[in-house]
This record gives sequence, C-alpha cells and structure tokens, in this order.
Amino acid sequence: MSGEFDQKIHQTLEDANLQLAIYTATGRLKERRIEVVASEALPDYQELRTQANALKKHAIENLDYYLEEFERNVTAHGGKVVYCKDATEVSDFVLSLAREKGSRLIVKSKSMTTEEVDLNERLEHHGLESVETDLGEYILQLAHEKPYHIVAPALHKTRYDVADIFEKNLHVPRETVVEKQTAIARAVLRQKFLEADIGISGANFLVADSGAVVIIENEGNARLTTTAPKIHIAVAGIEKVIPRAQDVATFLKLLARSATGQLLSVYASFLSGPRRPGEVDGPEEFYVVLVDNGRTKLLPDKAKRQSLYCIRCGACLNTCPVYRKIGGHSFPWVYSGPIGAIITPQFMGVSHEPGLPFASSLCGACGEVCPVKIDIPKVLLDLRSDVKKTETREKQNRLEKLAFKAFAWVVTHPRIYEFLGRVASSMAPSGNGGWIRSVPPPMNLAPVRAWLSQRDLPPPPSKSFREMWRRR
Amino acid sequence: MPQGSRENILHRVRTALGRSAGQPPSEAPPVRLRIPEVDMEARIASLRMRIEALAGATHRVATAEDARALVAGIVAGRPTVASNSPYLAECGIASLPGVRTGIRETDDMRTAAAAAEVGITSADYALADTGTLVMISSPAEARLVSLLPILHVAVVPRERILTGLDELFTLLPKPADQTSSMVLITGPSRTADIEQILVRGVHGPGQITVIIVG
Amino acid sequence: MGKRVSLFVTCMVDQLFPKVGMAMAGVLERLGYEIDFPEDQTCCGQPAFNSGYREEARAAARHFLKVFEACEQIVAPSGSCTSMVTHHFAELFHKEPETLARVHALEKRVWEFSSFLTEVAGVEDVGARFEEVVTFHDGCHALRELGIRSAPRRLLAKVRGLELREMVPAEECCGFGGTFSVKFAELSGAMARTKIEAIVKTGANTVVSLDPSCLMQIQGALSRAGSGIRTMHLAEVLASR
Repeated sequence: MSGEFDQKIHQTLEDANLQLAIYTATGRLKERRIEVVASEALPDYQELRTQANALKKHAIENLDYYLEEFERNVTAHGGKVVYCKDATEVSDFVLSLAREKGSRLIVKSKSMTTEEVDLNERLEHHGLESVETDLGEYILQLAHEKPYHIVAPALHKTRYDVADIFEKNLHVPRETVVEKQTAIARAVLRQKFLEADIGISGANFLVADSGAVVIIENEGNARLTTTAPKIHIAVAGIEKVIPRAQDVATFLKLLARSATGQLLSVYASFLSGPRRPGEVDGPEEFYVVLVDNGRTKLLPDKAKRQSLYCIRCGACLNTCPVYRKIGGHSFPWVYSGPIGAIITPQFMGVSHEPGLPFASSLCGACGEVCPVKIDIPKVLLDLRSDVKKTETREKQNRLEKLAFKAFAWVVTHPRIYEFLGRVASSMAPSGNGGWIRSVPPPMNLAPVRAWLSQRDLPPPPSKSFREMWRRR
Repeated sequence: MPQGSRENILHRVRTALGRSAGQPPSEAPPVRLRIPEVDMEARIASLRMRIEALAGATHRVATAEDARALVAGIVAGRPTVASNSPYLAECGIASLPGVRTGIRETDDMRTAAAAAEVGITSADYALADTGTLVMISSPAEARLVSLLPILHVAVVPRERILTGLDELFTLLPKPADQTSSMVLITGPSRTADIEQILVRGVHGPGQITVIIVG
Repeated sequence: MGKRVSLFVTCMVDQLFPKVGMAMAGVLERLGYEIDFPEDQTCCGQPAFNSGYREEARAAARHFLKVFEACEQIVAPSGSCTSMVTHHFAELFHKEPETLARVHALEKRVWEFSSFLTEVAGVEDVGARFEEVVTFHDGCHALRELGIRSAPRRLLAKVRGLELREMVPAEECCGFGGTFSVKFAELSGAMARTKIEAIVKTGANTVVSLDPSCLMQIQGALSRAGSGIRTMHLAEVLASR
C-alpha cells in the first residue's frame, strides 16, 4: 500500500461535500439501473447477461481472427486500420496525419482509451488544439483533471465549480444555472465542431462482420465529432471487437440500462468507412486506431482475461460501497472502481499500486451488477495472490508473510490453537461488561490499533466455545 | 505515416491465446434475436408513449396532406432544412415555403443545417419498444439534418414501425453493407453531467417531434 | 430419529462469540438433532485466502477436510465461512485432482445455519419468541455467493413477538471484509457508519445477521457511536423463548 493511495482515500473521506456528492450521484444511478433491469421491466435480463458474456468470451478467445476480419471489412468500406502498441504510437499516428493534412484543430468525443494514452496532452505538446466535447469531459479538460467516473466524468463538480471554471477559462460572466452553463458550452463547442479538421472518437464496439465502429452517447457530441470534420479517427482498445452486427442488439439492451437506467442511450451510431458516393455528409477519411497498450498482457491467463469483457457501463462503480466512499480520483489510474481495481494492476503491473486489489471488502456487489458477468471478486482474489507471490519473491512485507505462515501452522495444530486462544483471551482487557475501546501493550498490535481507530472490540468471553461444549 | 505494430500485436494475441495465423474461430454463440408479436396499433401506442416519456412530441395524422399541414404549422416561418427523402417530397413537405431541401453538397449542407432552427427528415424505421428513430445515411438522408438544428421533426409512415431492436437487426443483419452511417435516435440530445441535472439539447436537437402517418 | 449434524462453529465464534455456537446447538437439538462437535476444528482459512496467501489457505483447508470429511452434514453459523468451503476450496485444489474430488464430495454437505434449517431440516417455525423490533443485515457472502435471502427472513417471520423492519439498503456491505477492516481501517469504518445510519432509520433496537464478523463490525461501530442498539446472531434470536 503506498502512502499516496492511503492519502487520497483519507482526503476523500474527510471531504464532507464530496462524500455527499459521490454518494448521491452513484445512489441515483444505482437506483435507476435497478428499476430498468427488474424482471417486470426486462424479463430476459439474466439471459441477456449470459449471452453478452458468451459473446465477449468467444470474441476474446478468437481475438486475432476477429481483428483481422474487422480490418478487412473496414478496408473494404474505404477506411484504414492502424494497430498501435502504446501511447507513443497512437499520438505519433495522429500527429503525422495532422501534419500531412495541415490540420490544427481536433474535436474529441469521450474515449477512455485516449485518456489511457494521455492523447490530449501529447497533441497539445505538439501545438495542436484538441478539444473534449462531452460536457463533463470539457469541464474537466478546462480544469486539467482526469475523469472521476467512467460514465459521469465530472460527478464531483458542483455547478459552482463549473461557474468558476467557465468564468476563468472562457471569460464569460459567472453563470450558476445549469441550463445556461450547458448553453454556453453548446455555443463554444458548436463553433469548434464546424471549424475542426479532425474528429477523434472512441468506440463502444467494433463489429467484425461489418467493419463498423459503434458509438453510444447521449449528448450528440460524438455524432458531431464523427460527422462534421473531414477526417474521423476512432481510437479503440483491441478488446472491443465483437463478431456480428446482430450481436449489438444484445449489448445495446444492457449498456444504457446498466449505465444510466435508460432503455437506450440517445444516440447509437454504426459507422463504417468514409461517406459513400451520393451520401451528402460524413467524413471523407475514416481511420480506426486499434490500441494494445497492455491489453495483450491480460490474455494468457484464462481466468483474468475476462477483465477485457468490460463494456464501460460504470454499474460496478455505482454499486460499490468502496467507490461510493473513496471516489474516482483515489484510484491510481484512469479506470476507477471495481473494474479499475482489476484492470489497473494487470495493465501497469501489480507492483504499480500493490494495495489496490486489497481495497475491497469482497462484497461481490460489482459482480452481481456486471452486464457481461465479469467475476470481479474472483479476479481481485487472483490479483491478491499475485501481489503476495511478487512480495515473497522480492522479499517484501516479510512480517505479514511470517504472520500468515504462523497462522497456517496454528490452525493445523488444534492444541496449539486452543492454547494460544486461551492466552490471548487472558491478556485482553475485560471491558467491564461493555465493548473495549482501548487495549494496552503488548496486545495493542498494529491491526488492533487500526481496528480501534474506528470501532470497539468485543470483550473476551470467559470460555471459548469448545470449553463451554466440554463442560455442558 | 507510421504503420504501427500490426504484426507485433497480432503475434502477441495469437501467442497468448495459443492460436496460429489464419486459424478459423471456434463456434460462435448463436445470434439471439427474439421478435415479439405486437400489432400495429400497439406499436404506435408504445412508440408514442416512449418518445413522450423522453419529452419528445408525437402526432398521428391520417394522410400525407395532414402531415404537410402539421409540419407547415410547426415550421411557422422559421429557417428550416429538409432532407432529400422521397417520402417528404411525396407528402409535399419538401415544397413548403421557406423549407430548404435538395442539398447535395457537403458544404451547402453544413451551412444550411447550421443556420436552420428546424430539421425535417423521415426515418428508415422506428422502434416501438424504445421510442427510437433509425436513420440510415444515404443521398436521401443526410446526417446533419437530424443533428444541427435545435428542433428535429421526423415524418414516418406507420408501416416502418418495427417492434424493436431485434426486428431491426433481423431485417438489417449488416447495416454497413448499405450505408456508412446508421444512427439510432432515442429522444432529444441530453446531458446530466453537471450535478446530475437533466438538460436537453446539449449538442444535438433539444426537441424532437415525430409525426406518424397512417 | 438418528438425525446427526456436526457443528463447524468457526474460529470467530469459538474464540469471541461462543454463545452464538451454543445457541445454534440449542436450536438444532430442539429440532431433534444429535450434535457432534469435532474437537480438532480450527479455521476455514479464509483470512489467508482473502489476503492472497494461497499456500497458507491450502494448509487450513486441508486440515478442515481431514476434520470434517467423515461427517454427514455440517452446519456453520456463518455464510462467509460456509462459502469459503463450498465456493473457494475448489479453487485452492484445482491442480490436485484427488483432493479436489474430496472437496466436491464435502462441499455439498456444508450448510449455513439458516439454509440448513429451511432446506435440510425443513422448518421455518422453531418455536422461538423474541419480543423486539429487529432489522436484518444481509451478509455479503451469504447473499451473493450462497444466494441466501429468504431463509433468514422466513425464519424471523415465524418468531413470536418479533417485528422485522427492513433497512434500506439491507444488502450493502457493512465494511468488514476481513483484513480489509484493518488494512483500510478508516474506509472500513466509514462504511460501517453508513450501515449504521440505515439501521438507525428503521427504529429497530436489534440488528440480526447470519455472520458474526458483520455483527462484530456493526456492534463495534454502534458501541463506538454510543448507540444502545444491540446485535444478535440469528441463532441467538431463534434460541430465545
């Protein structure tokens, strides 16, 4: 566990306004999801989850085949597919294309994959203007912050924060009415859409049999990003490929319901290639950037590769009692919540933030709501084991390892177990009938102190169960 | 232009999965599409209910002439752009005074749609169970007409109303075969990015009106 | 009748909450079961398993197998420890086919207390009387790994004098999570306090659950907050007359 991770958790827990904002927002999303997946509202919800899981499993297990099929079909429709292994390759591609075309202004719609590779920062470093157009993402770009939540990126910002951000960056009079703030953003960004040379989008699905990119959104900014500029670049992780256009029906029914409690998001765009002869509008050039950036590292392990099934709905965040306390920015990378806790260690290596897979009570709520049935608690447990193997190999955290070795020895020796239990009980304070608030040395070990920092401890019983049982 | 790491990535994928180049895939799970039987009146009722639940407006008119009269009232002299849909022409909507239509050039379309307050389209299909319009980009339907103006009016003959997504994907197993862009539109553009307060018309149309003919 | 059942009381009940074990034994005896307590039992190994120490967890699991293998039916006053045996032991031995076969043979016979009563003993009314307003906290592993939701509620519904008031949400974690409760103490404490708010809102004076670990977390936080609300294991409620 790093000091930074602990520090961020502590800061978030201390901030009463933030606590209320996170808990209220996630609570609302959570309740809405429950309403629309209830059996009266969607009788075949569980079957859809099973189908979605089977489709994702199949696609990942045959990933190379579907990537090539996707590529063939994009090419047949006049588009171009570029494979990039890391952040540098993604930004190099965009930069060289921009240079070749003399482009200066880029509009972007929401894409977690581009967050992963810090695309905006890299493009801006080379003198390009790259503007986020999803309202939440735009606010965060102006504030120089990372998304707080996969589907509600500015969940932690109040209208007053937004008023400050707009006033400072857009030089408009301070405005605290949300409708008017939205209108300000619409006007500024509409101009950007009409002037931009390149539109960069993410992708929710890549359809192999069609060479199509599927983009789901509510605002219309992704439609504008992919329609108004002459060039459209879709940036997507390689795991986004699914076999058939017909499979999209299954995912569409699950995605919006799980994310925001809508039956469908406002816009679902199926885009394949540049505009065809006779079509009035749409881009003249169409590129799909397929990004690895660590994904292939997740493939060899048959259990953990299910982490790649994620469709980024955010339902696991909204239901997670840990996320609802520590929020999005406590997490060490762009992905937060339960899904972030399982993919971050696999992308960055378990030593990047070894505490992360342990920051869970293993309550299982995430796995229960996952629309593609990722067994998140199981993957967390596997990652915990990976962390401990690494620590043992690198001779770190040796005291804890020793403690668990002792644990294993004690619990396989019942007489010792009983004896030690009696010793511990005799040394503990009695509590005088109530629960214990403090424990003197030598029993006040670090875990005991940690427990007592928040809660009282039960007084030791006069006899253990086995003693009572013998004497009855 | 950099060509990226195609071989490198595909090789890594194959090695991790234990597959070889050109190896066919394992058997895919069967497609799951279930089309319920819903009669036309129930479809129309559901479509209207869903659209209205999203703060969209719906109207049902008996004839093309009625549709034309209704649209004339909605346009009411506002700058308007209409798609090249033959159905709009058939209804006489394209020839309403003040309605710009017949645009074939991209730049003209951008200028006209950006200046218009009303965008009129037909729709290739509508989905009853979700209140969705299905817009297939073609010479008849540009993308920007349903996107840039603040009011989107769609005029849809009743026979294009499908039960839902599963029927759509049964009829169109591969939409990309016929278009570079198919968009499903379910209600007006919206956001809840600030304090979860719902605001319509953040980037696309803030109002949507669907006129069902027949 | 010859109905025989073996108790796995769990290390936590053995060392900290022996009355829960006695109450469970009492209820089962009243139902005509002959009770067996295998004296060599210790811990299911979950603390090690959840902390990433698979080898150490395997040692505990092997010991559990040895102790309980000969037993017909095994009942535990904990959804979490039951689930460790029935849902996670297999994972520990996936590379040892023989041990795995023994695990699979055993896991069918290990029961969480409330589901043993409703599914094996086939009872809902155990003749208990408890004149209090109670609220029920779903332990996460009982609820999500074992799918136990209705059994404890059906049992509570038949307790004379008892009024059950559901908290909202009953199914949200109390924040215990084993070593999580001390590794992330502040976070765990915050989760417990949220749970307590839900409990207080019901107006109940007793919180009932299937897991002593949840009850320790909830009682620990209630006590720290100076609340008079008490916690009880379901077995203790069902043993009341």
